[in-house]
Amino acid sequence: MVQKNAVRELEDVVVKFVGDSGDGMQLTGTLFSDVAALAGNDLATFPDFPAEIRAPHNTIAGVSGFQMHMGKRKIYTPGDMCDVLVAMNPASLKANMKWVKPGATLVIDTSTFDEKAIEKAGYTLSPLEDGSLDGYQVIKAPVTDLIKEALSDLDIDKRLAERTKNMFVLGILFYLFERDLELPLNFIGNKFKDKKKVVEANQTALKAGYNFGETTETIRVTFRVDPAPLEKGLYRNITGNVATAWGLLAAAERSGRTLFLGSYPITPATEILMELSKHKSLGAKVFQAEDEIAGICSAIGASFGGHMGVTTTSGPGLSLKSEALGLAVITELPLVVVNVQRAGPSTGMPTKSEQSDLMQALFGRNGESPLMVMAASSPANCFYYAYLASKYAMEHMCPVILLTDGYLGFGSELLRIPDVNDLPAINPPMADPNDPKYKPYSRDEKTLVRKWAAPGVEGLRHRVGGLEKTNIDGNVSTDPLNHQLMVNIREEKIARIADYLPLLEVNGEPEGDLLVVGWGGTEGALTSAVNRMQEEGKSISHVQFNYIKPLPKNTREVLSSFKKIVVCELNNGQFVNYLRMMFPEIPYNQFNKVQGLPFHVQELTDEFTKLLEE
Amino acid sequence: MINYNKVEKSPVELSKKDFVSDQMVKWCPGCGAHAILAAVSNVFPKIGYKKENFAMVSGIGCSSRFPYYVDTFGFHGIHGRAAAIASGLKVANPGLSVWVATGDGDSMAIGGNHFIHVLRRNIDINILLFNNRIYGLTKGQFSPTTPMGSVTKTSPHGTIEHPFTVSGLVMGSQGTFFARVPDNNVKLMTEVLYEAAKHNGTAVVEILQNCIIFADKVHDMVTNRETKEDRQVILRHGEPVIFGKDRNKGIILKGTSLEVVEIGKNGITEDDILVHDMYSTNPGIQRMLGWMKAPDYPVAMGVIRAAPSESYDDLAERQIETAKKTSDIQSVNDLLRSGETWEI
Ligand SMILES: Cc1ncc(C[n+]2csc(CCOP(=O)(O)OP(=O)(O)O)c2C)c(N)n1
Ligand code: SF4
Ligand SMILES: [Mg+2]
Repeated sequence: MVQKNAVRELEDVVVKFVGDSGDGMQLTGTLFSDVAALAGNDLATFPDFPAEIRAPHNTIAGVSGFQMHMGKRKIYTPGDMCDVLVAMNPASLKANMKWVKPGATLVIDTSTFDEKAIEKAGYTLSPLEDGSLDGYQVIKAPVTDLIKEALSDLDIDKRLAERTKNMFVLGILFYLFERDLELPLNFIGNKFKDKKKVVEANQTALKAGYNFGETTETIRVTFRVDPAPLEKGLYRNITGNVATAWGLLAAAERSGRTLFLGSYPITPATEILMELSKHKSLGAKVFQAEDEIAGICSAIGASFGGHMGVTTTSGPGLSLKSEALGLAVITELPLVVVNVQRAGPSTGMPTKSEQSDLMQALFGRNGESPLMVMAASSPANCFYYAYLASKYAMEHMCPVILLTDGYLGFGSELLRIPDVNDLPAINPPMADPNDPKYKPYSRDEKTLVRKWAAPGVEGLRHRVGGLEKTNIDGNVSTDPLNHQLMVNIREEKIARIADYLPLLEVNGEPEGDLLVVGWGGTEGALTSAVNRMQEEGKSISHVQFNYIKPLPKNTREVLSSFKKIVVCELNNGQFVNYLRMMFPEIPYNQFNKVQGLPFHVQELTDEFTKLLEE
Repeated sequence: MINYNKVEKSPVELSKKDFVSDQMVKWCPGCGAHAILAAVSNVFPKIGYKKENFAMVSGIGCSSRFPYYVDTFGFHGIHGRAAAIASGLKVANPGLSVWVATGDGDSMAIGGNHFIHVLRRNIDINILLFNNRIYGLTKGQFSPTTPMGSVTKTSPHGTIEHPFTVSGLVMGSQGTFFARVPDNNVKLMTEVLYEAAKHNGTAVVEILQNCIIFADKVHDMVTNRETKEDRQVILRHGEPVIFGKDRNKGIILKGTSLEVVEIGKNGITEDDILVHDMYSTNPGIQRMLGWMKAPDYPVAMGVIRAAPSESYDDLAERQIETAKKTSDIQSVNDLLRSGETWEI
């Protein structure tokens, strides 16, 4: 028997909060994460929303969750299986037991386990009694009753009391993880500033939960997660979508060009539109268009007008933008297109993540239509890649598609806050007013980039458009050799961006038995898996691509230095086939998953082990 | 009043030839589009903005070739999207005078969605709608304004679709400015374009344009020089709605509809005739005037509606100005440091 209050020190731990949509799990998870961050842990989070806005009460469809992974070391993903599950009703327990590690701690609100709810969740017997939870540390808390008791001295109505359930449970968790209550108590005080009753009720519930933890016999083990050795600095927790929005704002500020966003709401990209809508004080112009086509076309119009034109969307929206992307290619105007990928085809699974728009981004247009494609690879680095996408778009006068995904967009991690003035400078190639030599398609010799000349600037009158134009003069032309020339120039202009890209950095030895290749949002899972195997002494390295077109200049060299390569993607093999096209002499293995789920570290290490043993 | 705060005036007087481009005009001889070019070249110097502040945006179609033929900034877009491109350009830079050249197919078939929404938003752009009631560039298929029953390349047995009445669509979309002109009245067109430029909001000018190749004389019943006095009524703000070769016919409001009457007959005098109010914000009578069709009614020409209203681009600028004055967040560094942050 373990003594009550034995303390277990953990490297890292995954905690998941699950409940009915109305149970406030997102707020609970966020608050728990903030407290962990303040205690110095590194962390990553991921919300698990139901697809429906208000699914029926107590059903599996209505389960809402929030997962967080914290540790005393670098945390790369929100975690696969959880060490602690907080379940507010039978349906949420039922839906999540498959994501729980053996021997995990379960915190269960038993007051919701009435016959009807148990049946609605699809259980025949109550899981609290049928023995299925043996082998777990189960903390049963009849929260509704306990709250009634705790709040009995206060004059609080039943509905408000019901809504403090999540705080009670959070109190138990704070006890379980030896956290100080000061921060959450202050948070509650600030959040409900003007509602004294609400503050009182929530604070009381939180403390009552903590006390329950202290006194209950069922807690045998508590946990300690020491601070992570994070680089000194100012930090915040940020989701990928917010980071993307802010990176765009930073690029506009540094380039001196006003940000114009033309966008139409679509899951999981809408947060970027909503976030940018808030920041009019930074001059951002946000145009909620009538559809995705108007979104991109208005952004192109704004780019023509000398603004930093941006459009944000997800897969189906990118399909609608295809024709206009070609227009941005041929007019050689800067344009940033953020595609927060989701599971397709068609409407697919809007709230589930996938990496299946890569081919669409690379090739999904009529004609020879090259543009730059890049990908962010963690929630926080969405900030930098959005910034860089804008920089490349403006400095190289071309559309850039930045691929993120729902997993990055909704997920959060810690961002070490930079000084915007330390980011690389952005120098758009603006034409000088009244430049007698100005011609719409005259180009910089080295980069092949044309000048940006906005209406309103004297002496630069010109026309651009979707019809093929002569190089330099920009007159409409169907001359065969001119078309060939322009096609070649447009391709070469994008290829030359590689001269300005960082080289690939290999995680691990630069040569060896197995190279794990990934791109975009899988970086966290691949890094975790590879690091684990490197610690076991395996000859395995990892490289993650953030630049896809053009590819970094050392790509061939890196890929050629390993006995085996495995390209891992959340699609049916789009990047691996692109690599096969670009470097056909290299043999590739591929590992693909298209389930609307991220890679789990275990399935990756299993696959890599198999490849190393073959 | 022209909103000179938005668009800077030219310090020197400009003339028609300032706006003539060096490109060869490639419309068919006899095409109604030539007249539109003439009217635009007339009116741009009169409007008086700096040359650099004019921007011409178009979609695809014969009509959409327009930007090549005026010496301004120009953007030849893709089919149907001119209104969306122009919206972005104007919102980005309200200091430009933005003009859209579009066809009946470009604006109301493939671009129908953008057309109704730019009107609803009332973005301060001017739309020249070349209504030749046919797809010209693709060589003669029916369009959303082709008369019912017309035989075209894609309707050998006659169309079975009800055509749009442009004024109806504009007013249904809560447009604040609508004018109509025949292509053979450059003088009226010039006047109307001037009014369109003055209007702060989306101005649609429907031009009854003859496509001599694929829909010749489609507007003939209305525009024929022999009969036009009886088939058209030119509306002028504050004046009675009178027409006819002998200027003895007029429009009265009877009950809830308009009626054609003869002055001097059945005791009707000029005082009974409806007086046109183009500035009325209530579109009721303007809608009815716009809806009048030959041969039962004269077709209304000139400015039918010019309702004063705030433009989207003005409102957008104002929100930004207010936010800049009142928000604590003045830079991205402020933003990054707002909310929950902590030092490690
Ligand atoms: C996406 C797309 N679909 C179809 C076309 C072919 N197309 C070009 S112009 C046109 C119709 C033009 O008719 P209208 O807008 O009335 O212009 P007009 O030529 O009569 O001035 C069509 C169907 C195209 N260019 N792009
Ligand atoms: S085809 Fe018709 S609309 Fe086109 S240029 Fe010729 S006459 Fe004009
Ligand atoms: Mg037409």
